[in-house]
Amino acid sequence: MIPELGQFSLILAFCLSILLGVMPLAGAATGNRLWMSMGRPLGAGLFVFLGICLFILGHAFVTDDFSVRVVAAQSNTLLPMQYKVTALWGGHEGSFLLWTFMLSGWILAVGMFSKSMPVEFVARVLGVLGLLSASYILFMLATSNPFDRMVPVPPADGADLNTALQDIGFILHPPTLYMGYVGYSVVFAFAIAALLSGRLDAAWARWSRPWANVAWAILTIGIALGSWWAYYELGWGGWWAWDPVENPPLITWLFGTALIHSLAVTEKRRVFKSWTVLLAILAFAGSLLGTFITRSGLLTSVHAFASDPSRGVFILAILGVFVGGALLLYAIRAPLIKSEFGFGSLSREIFLLSNNVILVVAAASVFLGTLFPMFYQALTGDLISIGPPYFNIIFVPLMILLVILLGIGPISRWKKTSGDYLKQQLGKVAMASLLLGVALPLIVLLDISIPATIAVALAVWIVLGIGRDLLAKTANKPSRREGLRSLTYGYYGMQGAHFGVAVMLVGVALTSYFSSERSVLLQTGDTVELGGYEFLFAGSERVAGPNYNADRATVLVTRDGDGDAVADLYPELRVYLASGTPSTEMAIDPSLWRDLFVTPGEIRDNGAWTMTVYVKPFVRWIWLGAIIMALSATIAATDRRYRKLARVRKQAEETAGEKVGQGELQPVPGGGT
Amino acid sequence: MMKPHRRKRLGVVLFIAFGMSVAVALTLFALSQNINMFYSPTQVANGEVEAGTMFRIGGMVKDGSVEQQQESLAVSFVTTDYIHDVPIEFEGILPDLFREGQGIVAEGRLNATGVFQASRVLAKHDESYMSPEVRAALEQAGADPDNHQFRATPEN
Repeated sequence: MIPELGQFSLILAFCLSILLGVMPLAGAATGNRLWMSMGRPLGAGLFVFLGICLFILGHAFVTDDFSVRVVAAQSNTLLPMQYKVTALWGGHEGSFLLWTFMLSGWILAVGMFSKSMPVEFVARVLGVLGLLSASYILFMLATSNPFDRMVPVPPADGADLNTALQDIGFILHPPTLYMGYVGYSVVFAFAIAALLSGRLDAAWARWSRPWANVAWAILTIGIALGSWWAYYELGWGGWWAWDPVENPPLITWLFGTALIHSLAVTEKRRVFKSWTVLLAILAFAGSLLGTFITRSGLLTSVHAFASDPSRGVFILAILGVFVGGALLLYAIRAPLIKSEFGFGSLSREIFLLSNNVILVVAAASVFLGTLFPMFYQALTGDLISIGPPYFNIIFVPLMILLVILLGIGPISRWKKTSGDYLKQQLGKVAMASLLLGVALPLIVLLDISIPATIAVALAVWIVLGIGRDLLAKTANKPSRREGLRSLTYGYYGMQGAHFGVAVMLVGVALTSYFSSERSVLLQTGDTVELGGYEFLFAGSERVAGPNYNADRATVLVTRDGDGDAVADLYPELRVYLASGTPSTEMAIDPSLWRDLFVTPGEIRDNGAWTMTVYVKPFVRWIWLGAIIMALSATIAATDRRYRKLARVRKQAEETAGEKVGQGELQPVPGGGT
Repeated sequence: MMKPHRRKRLGVVLFIAFGMSVAVALTLFALSQNINMFYSPTQVANGEVEAGTMFRIGGMVKDGSVEQQQESLAVSFVTTDYIHDVPIEFEGILPDLFREGQGIVAEGRLNATGVFQASRVLAKHDESYMSPEVRAALEQAGADPDNHQFRATPEN
């Protein structure tokens, strides 16, 4: 009976989302303020009813109600409680419900934090998000109902959650990634609302910026969590594989990064307006593309859900209607948008434009490589795959170029910068970067390689550039401390995120070029040496877990030479009771400077174990960099000029008179970028 | 005669068009260098692939065909689409779900004697899931993938 209440609640949520998609938009079109004001309560109602759906489905998982089909498919009585709850998003139906619930959460947040924006604008934003929710819920009701029952006889026990998913990474990664993904729906809705109203002005950019920042921060964490999880769970020591399902979040992230920069230019200088709108649409399209690829089963990947063509067609239809409609609207409105300010050929505008071009080209080439096998198969019928070398060949040079410009951009000035000024500011920084790029890897790792030198030099270039800019920005203040205090959160957020890029860059380069690994066959008492460490296989024992049995090996790691103990590692070979599925659990000794990593393979008849041991220097820096970037973007989103509601409201009223291509605005006050 | 600002704009457009075509050409070149074709055991047995070419092969691991070296990580097995067999050699650690009767995809090259030297062996994470490539290979060979007790279930 309870699951039927969930079904009922889902239908009610559908009705609310239809109302939310129609009333505020119609109100905004006709000037009916009552209808416009329905957006917030309808959005809150949608959140409540989707929350009820989620709670009821969660209840079915927790109480082992195997009459519900998804519970029978993804759970089991032996499953530990935290995985029973999270098994909810272990399959297509439940994860899509979570996705839709996340969207309603964003709708609620938009309703709460938009008091300073014009009623008409908020109504349009909520209306667009309502239409999007309606299409998602319709998709669930039509093709993937999470409350479907097993009729006539439910199974006595469930088939169990995929063993690879029984992990902390699975608890954290999908909700975070979805939350970031869905955040781009909000940015998209802001863009559509601006296009509908014909008011693409600096105020619109200022309203969008905190949302674009927060969505980007969460998406960054979501991708980093996925990378971290794949690193220790899949057991091959990699942190990025260019898998077809890893790529769409990256595409969205690249568009989102371009969008953050482009929004800055649109707010400060009122140029790149139509470009910024296009980026918001593209970032949203990237997020839907990810959904489409995961759920249509068209591409082979570790993430693929069971393929069901009708689902793929439905999501493709949603993608076509929303992105196609948005592009049509864009095509009608864009010619009316006029940029008002000119800028010189050496200016911050140009550096940010280059940033955008590079990021969009990178996103486009990842897109091409990801979908090329699908197009190829459609045209020739042959199955192919695109290897990681393709992505590396294109991506690495683009990122090098991007980071070089990243050092210059923040120091350059709006409108016009002289080449001499840049040379004076950055000449010494460039020299120092080259020197340290050669010296640092040599000192820390006693090794030299040209790619690592380039990467470290680029990272130093970023960091010293930040220092140089801080010095310049505080030079004319009475004291340094006062100078630092006078800089805005927006400025600190920007420089913090750039610092995160430097940290990640070091991690990526040093892990890629200085990691070592060996696959070996070990009897008890055998040792293997790798990267200055000695791994001793001290024996194995049988252990019982909550829902699995395991053979656990003991591997003692000591430093070469002095024989100091470094770590005891306990990799396991598990067999899960419910499904009989084997699973390997690697053991890692993490540290800021290097990870020691053992993956068990199998146990031979004579008691020998096959194992792969890895030493991976600086791998933690990759995720550390992502965390720094996400925190910085959040700091930037709390900049005073977004918080000072009264002031913003006043400006909103001032700018409300501005129409597309007509009139001139007062320059917008506010510091930082 | 064109007005100066028009000429400037034309210059910019031409520059962008030139840049774009170079980018597209380079991308397509990089793509063409990194395509791994997929072949079924029947296609390989029919000699559709030359020795030394990098490609992917997919099929079922033939029952009773797995042979492990006692003193090293070398392993050999036979992959089949129930019509033709292709022998595979691999040195390294096989994935968790590698076992006889299971669908696998291997990446590597054929040597002169027609043995596939795998550099990578992939098996899916869910034992009741079959990768689309293996499924297609079996269907092409005329075998019914679903008759081998395989059903597609959610896999993440």
